[in-house]
Amino acid sequence: MGAGAIRGLGHGVGDVVESLGRLAVFTARILMVTVRPPLRLREFADELFKLGVLSILIISVSGLAVGMVLGLQGYNTLVRFGAEGSLGAVVGLSLIRELGPVLTALLTTGRAGSAVTAEIGTMKATEQLDGLRMMAVDPIDYVVRPKAWAMICVMPLLSALFILTAIGGGYVVGVGLMGIDGGTYMSSLENSVDFGNDVAGSILKAVIFGVLVGLIATYRGYTSAPTSAGVSAATTSTVVIASVSVLIFDYFITALWGV
Amino acid sequence: MAYNGRPVLRDLTCRFPRGRISVVLGGSGSGKSTILKLIGGLICARAGAIYVGDRDIGRLGESAMYEVRRELGMMFQNGALLDSLSVFENLSFPLREHTRLSREQIAEQVHERLAAVGLSDVDDLLPRELSGGMVKRVALARALIQSPQVLLVDEPFSGLDPLSTKLIEALLVRINRTYGMTMIVVSHHIPSTLRMADHVVLLLPGGPVQGSPRELLASADPSVRRFLSEDTDASDEVLAHAAEFEAGEHRPVLDSRRGRRKP
Repeated sequence: MGAGAIRGLGHGVGDVVESLGRLAVFTARILMVTVRPPLRLREFADELFKLGVLSILIISVSGLAVGMVLGLQGYNTLVRFGAEGSLGAVVGLSLIRELGPVLTALLTTGRAGSAVTAEIGTMKATEQLDGLRMMAVDPIDYVVRPKAWAMICVMPLLSALFILTAIGGGYVVGVGLMGIDGGTYMSSLENSVDFGNDVAGSILKAVIFGVLVGLIATYRGYTSAPTSAGVSAATTSTVVIASVSVLIFDYFITALWGV
Repeated sequence: MAYNGRPVLRDLTCRFPRGRISVVLGGSGSGKSTILKLIGGLICARAGAIYVGDRDIGRLGESAMYEVRRELGMMFQNGALLDSLSVFENLSFPLREHTRLSREQIAEQVHERLAAVGLSDVDDLLPRELSGGMVKRVALARALIQSPQVLLVDEPFSGLDPLSTKLIEALLVRINRTYGMTMIVVSHHIPSTLRMADHVVLLLPGGPVQGSPRELLASADPSVRRFLSEDTDASDEVLAHAAEFEAGEHRPVLDSRRGRRKP
């Protein structure tokens, strides 16, 4: 029983190490084709639209809702200490430093990351990737590269959109409903946020999350079993693995760099 | 070669004559499509050698394999057309990738290939808007667009009605006659196979059997006879067709492994 458990653990660890190794090779291949012409700007622009523009609505609505909840909860807490004038700082800092990049990454994983995996997985199941290879076109170059880079590029932009709409949501609740002075809300926000530390850190987090989600989504699609069940499983695992990775990396980025 | 530990294509040695239509026949799971994927370098054999011309592709890396694939065209069983691109974009894609042709030249070649497979006015259609037979024909046109030396065709008749089956069969034969293109066709459609093939590789559980359709039909091997007996009305037509090819000296016989022309 004990030996079996150890053997199982060994296999599990071996599988994880092997997967990480394959992911590293996959990443290296993306980097190699990135520096090779053609640039594939058209495909990249298409992906920017699919991953970025089509996510604007969900990000905006979610940001607004999160900002309104933050405004409400923040006000109810701060008012106990007579510090409701700091609502702008509380809402702004929590969004910029933490909630904006993390929630955007989680939402983008669910909406766009899963779509990327499903699309690549379906292309594999319907032999479109093999078709590309038979036409002497590298699928990593034509299919994976534009999607991965688009994910990296849209993540900070979507995060910024999320933060702005959420700050707006906090303003609506704090100023519109709770009666805080609008100038006080904005000045407390402005005085507490440091661009070099908070905003740059937020952008850094969003970029790292973009890399994570982009790599995991494309890798899971590219390595999915070529069946409908395989595509389904790959899509699910993208959401799970990318979401957990975002949360774990968020902790380490915060702990190591104080962002 | 093995899938999930289940071996397929053990001890297989075969040649596909240049400029001829070779058909790989066999039951489901016998490894017919695997042969095409091995030749295309889409999967790797565990052991042995696979020659395309005089190159052992088993020794080539993926980037070197891309050079070999420029000489190969493949028509996949379900077309494998890029579903986000229109018919025109699917056909022009390899030309845009690998040539410096102008838009007009590309359009000309695309329409020429579409006409060769009997299609017109389908430029703007997406693959999902095509019938099964049209998908096969577009896939065939795309496989031909770069004028490959070897055309790999995976189950061209599957899922087609009898009329479409005969149409695709006639197209393949006409392309072979017109361009002298080496064709390796995987099929389990015995009547079409016997009509169009110059060379047949029959994958049986006891091992592969190779020869011309006439030779296979005349075989005394009970497993061969049992497999081919599914088609009972082909004999006369097939034998006439086989005789025509065996007597014909209009096409050169080539050693596909060495890539040399035999006298």
